[in-house]
Amino acid sequence: MDKTDIELLEKIAGLHSIPEGSFNIRKNGERLAGNSTSEIEIVPKTDKSGIDVIVKAGVVNKSVHIPVILTAGNFHDTAYNDFYIGEGADVTIVAGCGIHNPAKGTAEHDGIHTFHLSKNSRVKYVERHYARGNGESRQVFDPVTTVYLDEGAYLEMDTTQMGGVTYTERKTYAEVGNGAKLIVKEKLFTENEEKAISDFCVVLKGKNSSADIVSRSVARDKSVQEFRSDMRGENECFGHVECDGILLDGARIISTPKIDAASPDASLVHEAAVGKIAGEQLVKLMSLGLTETEAEEAVIKGFLN
Amino acid sequence: MLELKQIYYSVPQKNSDKRKYILSDINLQFPDGTTTVITGHNGSGKSTLVKLLMGIEKPESGKILFNGEDVTDKNVTERAKEGFTIAFQQPVRFKGITVKNLIDMASKKNCCPKDACEFLSAVGLCAVDYIGRPVDDTLSGGELKRIELAVALAKGGSVFLLDEPEAGIDLWSFDELVKLFDALKDKTLIIVSHQNRILEAADRIIVLNSSEKPLCGTRDEILPQISSGEGYCCKIRNNN
Ligand SMILES: Nc1ncnc2c1ncn2[C@@H]1O[C@H](COP(=O)(O)OP(=O)(O)OP(=O)(O)O)[C@@H](O)[C@H]1O
Ligand SMILES: [Mg+2]
Repeated sequence: MDKTDIELLEKIAGLHSIPEGSFNIRKNGERLAGNSTSEIEIVPKTDKSGIDVIVKAGVVNKSVHIPVILTAGNFHDTAYNDFYIGEGADVTIVAGCGIHNPAKGTAEHDGIHTFHLSKNSRVKYVERHYARGNGESRQVFDPVTTVYLDEGAYLEMDTTQMGGVTYTERKTYAEVGNGAKLIVKEKLFTENEEKAISDFCVVLKGKNSSADIVSRSVARDKSVQEFRSDMRGENECFGHVECDGILLDGARIISTPKIDAASPDASLVHEAAVGKIAGEQLVKLMSLGLTETEAEEAVIKGFLN
Repeated sequence: MLELKQIYYSVPQKNSDKRKYILSDINLQFPDGTTTVITGHNGSGKSTLVKLLMGIEKPESGKILFNGEDVTDKNVTERAKEGFTIAFQQPVRFKGITVKNLIDMASKKNCCPKDACEFLSAVGLCAVDYIGRPVDDTLSGGELKRIELAVALAKGGSVFLLDEPEAGIDLWSFDELVKLFDALKDKTLIIVSHQNRILEAADRIIVLNSSEKPLCGTRDEILPQISSGEGYCCKIRNNN
């Protein structure tokens, strides 16, 4: 691992050294380091690039790190990762990808992830995307996440895009079973001419299933963001989608909601608000001695905290 | 000494070219180390006056002098740095910014729990319960008002502008609030209030009235006039 690798790993996974327990570090499409334990098994796929992460039933308070780094330009990396979470398990999965693109071309990472959560299992999934280029290069992420939540399962997805990503199109599909719960906290920051699309499709299949999707985004300069959500309630269920965006400069945010109460017992809510930073917020912080620019930064930092 | 000289402030009127005057020919003085309570009917221009003093609104004409220096054209940030500190009538809510973040920004340092506790306990809040709370719509109205005051204390300064600090604060805590004002009595303290208890704590009282000149004097001069109804809200409002 060189200095760039270490910097990227720290940025996206908060790692300062090789983690304990199960982990897998992928660099430029190859496995750089890894460890598999009996509780959380990591098995490289044989038919395509990627891993199976198998968490045994009843394993609790464990975490697994699976960061990806890309330091080559003109490189398209696709990883197929499948997660099988055993009954009653409770784990944290730290994923994420950092791109350092030294070339003129495109560096792209597409994580194709599928989660299978067994009965009453709980997962906190944390994913950070970060990239840096050189002004002439493109850094792209096109992740696809598919989620199956069995009875009573719980998944919290915290996803953050920190900047430097020229283009992203994120697709998330989820099926939520009886009494299961999906929580998504998405944070997106775009600047310059960047474009980000986030597309959710959630089907609340089970009785008393629920989903809470909150997207907070900040768009700067001439960047464009599109938030699409499609939520269908097929049973007695509760779903909430919220898109909250701050616009700066000449940026643009498009939010397209769709809620479909396919069952008369479904209760679905959609909220969206996009606009500039409220003037009173800036004035309050300026009255504490901050300049307008500092106040703006403080509001954004808090918003995306 | 803080002084207002011939201050005029107006807002555009709907369906008319004429402007509506909120403040006309206001001349007031706030000597150092005095507590002045500004009162007057709803809409008489109290909050507007406070915002003019803070540099949030600009007067149409007239001057604001601070220790002899003309600060009329100084903006909010500059006035904050000169020692002006405001607690708003309606404190703003944020998303994601915590009580600690605000106290840190106000005090310009990374406050340890002990520092934060000093400011929060002065407004009757227990620091451990509030320090990590986001300043958003999960806070009650009274809690938000108290935090607004704590942040003003954390900032410090020489001129404190407190707009209806007692609003939403339960009656049982009035003594604490008066104690807090007492601790600021060596500053130029300007409080907007309708409460007798607070008027009684004033050195000077100003009664704003949109239809005539403000009434201004020592507490003992003004209080009897307010209680007899002279010069106060009972007058029919006519501000066109
Ligand atoms: N931008 C504006 N446009 C129109 N009218 C305004 C504007 N700003 C203030 N006003 C009016 O100015 C008057 C004074 O407002 P201000 O908030 O200063 O009153 P106040 O004395 O603080 O009242 P209160 O006791 O209700 O807090 C009010 O009649 C208000 O409606
Ligand atoms: Mg007011």
